[in-house]
Amino acid sequence: MAALTSVGETPLAAPAQRPRGMQAGRRRRLNAFRYVVFTLFGAFFLIPLLAMLRFSLEGAKLGTWSLSAWRQIASYQGSGIPPLLSSIEITLELAVITCGVMLVLLVPTMIWVQLRVRWLARTIEVLCLLPLTIPAIVLVVGLGEIYNRIQRFSLSALMLFFIYVILALPYAYRALAAGLGGIDVKTLSEAARSLGASWFTVIVRVIAPNMRQGILNAVLLTFSLVLGEFTIAYLLLYTNLQVELYSISRNTPNAGVLFSTSFAALLFAFALLMILSYAGRARRGRR
Amino acid sequence: MRVLAVTSSPVTKARDRAARSAVEVRLEGLSRHYGSVVALDKLDLTLEPGQLIALLGPSGCGKTTTLRLLAGLEDADAGRVIVGGRDITHVSASKRDMGMVFQAYSLFPHMTVRQNVAFGLRLRRVSAAERDQRAIEMLELVGLAEHATRYPHQLSGGQQQRVALARALAIEPQVLLLDEPLSALDAKVRAQLRDEIRRIQLEVGITTLFVTHDQEEALAIADRVGVMRAGHLEQLAPPTEVYSRPATSFVAEFVGLSNRLAGEVKDGTVIVRGCTLPLVERDTPNGQVVALVRPEAVTLASQGAAEPAGPLAGTVIAVTFLGATSRVTVDLGDARILAQLSTADATALSAGSPVALTIRPDPVLVSASSDPAVSEAGDEA
Amino acid sequence: MTVAATAKTGARPSWAGRRPPAPAWVGTVPFLAYVAIFLLWPTGIVAVDALKNPSGAWAFSNISELGNSQIRDFFIGSFKLCLLSSVTGAVLGAILAYVVASGDPDGLIRRLYLSVSGVLAQFGGVTLAFAFLVTIGPVGLLFHASWYFDFPWGIGLIYTYFQIPLMVLVFLPAIDGLKVQWREASESLGSSSWQYWRYVGGPLLAPAFLGGTLLLFANALSAFATIQAWENQIAYIVPQQISTAMSSEVGLSSVNVASLLALGLVIMVAIVMAAYVLLQRRAARWLR
Repeated sequence: MAALTSVGETPLAAPAQRPRGMQAGRRRRLNAFRYVVFTLFGAFFLIPLLAMLRFSLEGAKLGTWSLSAWRQIASYQGSGIPPLLSSIEITLELAVITCGVMLVLLVPTMIWVQLRVRWLARTIEVLCLLPLTIPAIVLVVGLGEIYNRIQRFSLSALMLFFIYVILALPYAYRALAAGLGGIDVKTLSEAARSLGASWFTVIVRVIAPNMRQGILNAVLLTFSLVLGEFTIAYLLLYTNLQVELYSISRNTPNAGVLFSTSFAALLFAFALLMILSYAGRARRGRR
Repeated sequence: MRVLAVTSSPVTKARDRAARSAVEVRLEGLSRHYGSVVALDKLDLTLEPGQLIALLGPSGCGKTTTLRLLAGLEDADAGRVIVGGRDITHVSASKRDMGMVFQAYSLFPHMTVRQNVAFGLRLRRVSAAERDQRAIEMLELVGLAEHATRYPHQLSGGQQQRVALARALAIEPQVLLLDEPLSALDAKVRAQLRDEIRRIQLEVGITTLFVTHDQEEALAIADRVGVMRAGHLEQLAPPTEVYSRPATSFVAEFVGLSNRLAGEVKDGTVIVRGCTLPLVERDTPNGQVVALVRPEAVTLASQGAAEPAGPLAGTVIAVTFLGATSRVTVDLGDARILAQLSTADATALSAGSPVALTIRPDPVLVSASSDPAVSEAGDEA
Repeated sequence: MTVAATAKTGARPSWAGRRPPAPAWVGTVPFLAYVAIFLLWPTGIVAVDALKNPSGAWAFSNISELGNSQIRDFFIGSFKLCLLSSVTGAVLGAILAYVVASGDPDGLIRRLYLSVSGVLAQFGGVTLAFAFLVTIGPVGLLFHASWYFDFPWGIGLIYTYFQIPLMVLVFLPAIDGLKVQWREASESLGSSSWQYWRYVGGPLLAPAFLGGTLLLFANALSAFATIQAWENQIAYIVPQQISTAMSSEVGLSSVNVASLLALGLVIMVAIVMAAYVLLQRRAARWLR
């Protein structure tokens, strides 16, 4: 119980931020505009997706409903072995491997650069953003030569992960950089080092856990990228999910399974995103 | 739209302007709430022509809301705003003819200083030559004419606020509104700029509303200070009155420091630690109260250890050096008291020195205390 | 802090008998090596190959082949499609970004739209072509757009589907950067909404908008999967022709067509991206 009150001090704790008001008329007009815009854009984005969903539920005769397209995902036969399912498997495996390699490659490097090699930071940034300027279609021309030579070893499509990591670099880099920017890397590392931690420990057990949101983001973006990748696999004559869908569509343009699979892939990516956004929110709440 | 004549010096023009265009501002019964939070509750406030009124109070007290309602940036839920006899409650902000200075970041970053200042004139379709001339005049008024071609990010915080002031005045508004214009600045710059603002305001003679949470600012420059709390105006009076005759204990405690000492009211005076002090409110009923005594009303004298203890004898706990003055915390056994002395008088004192107090008989404010008569000898915040 | 202190005093520790530790940059070698092998080397191959003829001899005159009318048509096709989709995507995306930004910063709608934008910006490709095929294609659910298979209109519409979300992602920070004080200051100085946008908001957003448009342009230049799934019989744009050249021996036989086209494409994208980066810097200065 203070015997004194000092200059200008608020007796209570600072109240929560008041919303900044604006003139009522303007707000009404703005809200009307917002509803219209959201509705129009919402329709534009939803309708093709709904159409895809509808087609995936199409029965044998037009206008009927059936889940056959969805059941076919597991069993669709293109030529002998179930190529659709195997291509799904391969793509998922590729996604996981790509994410793993990307994290192992990028996270320690970015942390290390931030801590000890700052003069390389700009270079790393440029290199990571370079794939935006060197599109996949260009990369594949150069890679075509290399892959032609190693074709004799008939490697599985999983070898694609090498390039997928490169493709993912710009997105993963930005996500990780955002995560890294939010924490005081220098202070954390100095504190850990003064307590006796090795650099490995600093990176893996001190810094990385604090970048969780950024890492999650990067993983998600990489995953989506691999799920949707077509160009390189197609031109290097490998079969992944998108290539498989493409060849099915060339044979049977309206095969229901095309739509069910696509929609499923989309839902999957969306679910990952939702999880990510909730994970992010939970973290903030706990703090 | 008034015609802007581009002749004569800024000073004479300013005086002419002062003579002819200072307006009265009246806020009647203004109320505003956000959801369940009441920001303003039937506020009544009148600004005489040419006066500078400072609204002072803690965060959330409604002072900024008042300003924004006056500016037209928000709509009141109830009440009226009358400027120069005209009811402008429902007039949009862009037509209210007021100049506003924000706390920070309000200069347009893509325009030079001169373009910023001339912006309001450009909207009023003043010709380019006239606008530039007037902008330079305004910049001279605030002392920044040589920076006319610079960009905001090249200026210091204090300079930016001066440009903002020039921009607000360039349009010859009826009312000047300042929303905590100095809060984002360094202490030294703040003091300088606050005097500048007052000087310019007097020169131009414009009715002004100045919002701040810094009581020193309010006391230094205002014609009248309005202390606000929780959407109410607790007191509206000249600075000396707010300081020495606070109307409520909140005002007494918000403006300046106060000692809270147990006392007893008897027949129009209050007895605090053996001293009889006059009351701000003569007809306070008899009884136990908490008296609010200003530190500068307390004087100390060293005394020998052999002197008898009494209600006014104590030991120094700490001396805080503040430059020209020093604050001394004294332990009286059952209470603590803060005294403010000139540093020269305080040099003899150090922790542990025994001292004797006297309390100058300034009128004090008392409030009925729900606590026991003795205030706790705990740590200050 | 011990570590910092040692670094500051610059006192060299004595390594009597032991090898000094490797310099710090060695830690970045794995990354640099990886990027060198899988990004820089293939690009180098393309660049070099473009300037050689099939027999392996240097042929700098290949560059002039880029002006050859057949090849030029592909570049023009790419340019048309990219211009259409980037301008449309930028304008619509800017409007959507404004509406998203003007809402509650923590609200559900904003988060929803940002998540959706994140997914849809990557959505392109084969799947998107399917979706549009069944929406406005020959057996489309909505209606049959007779121009669906026209170049660049049909495919341009499909491109805007992923261009708009990308613009929202890129442009939203710029709109967030518009300080509310500028709007209020402008209003209290007497501007109408229109005047605010014309003199303050517009000019401040212009670099970011232009930058966004350029980014969309570069994004569209690189796209291949979507148009390939849309219509693969005729090659309209450079990536499609690269694909054709890679898989067949027919074509301009004196030139490594695929590499040449790829080089031309990369140069185009690089120029656009460079302009984008410059504009972003300008935007960031004002809207930080």
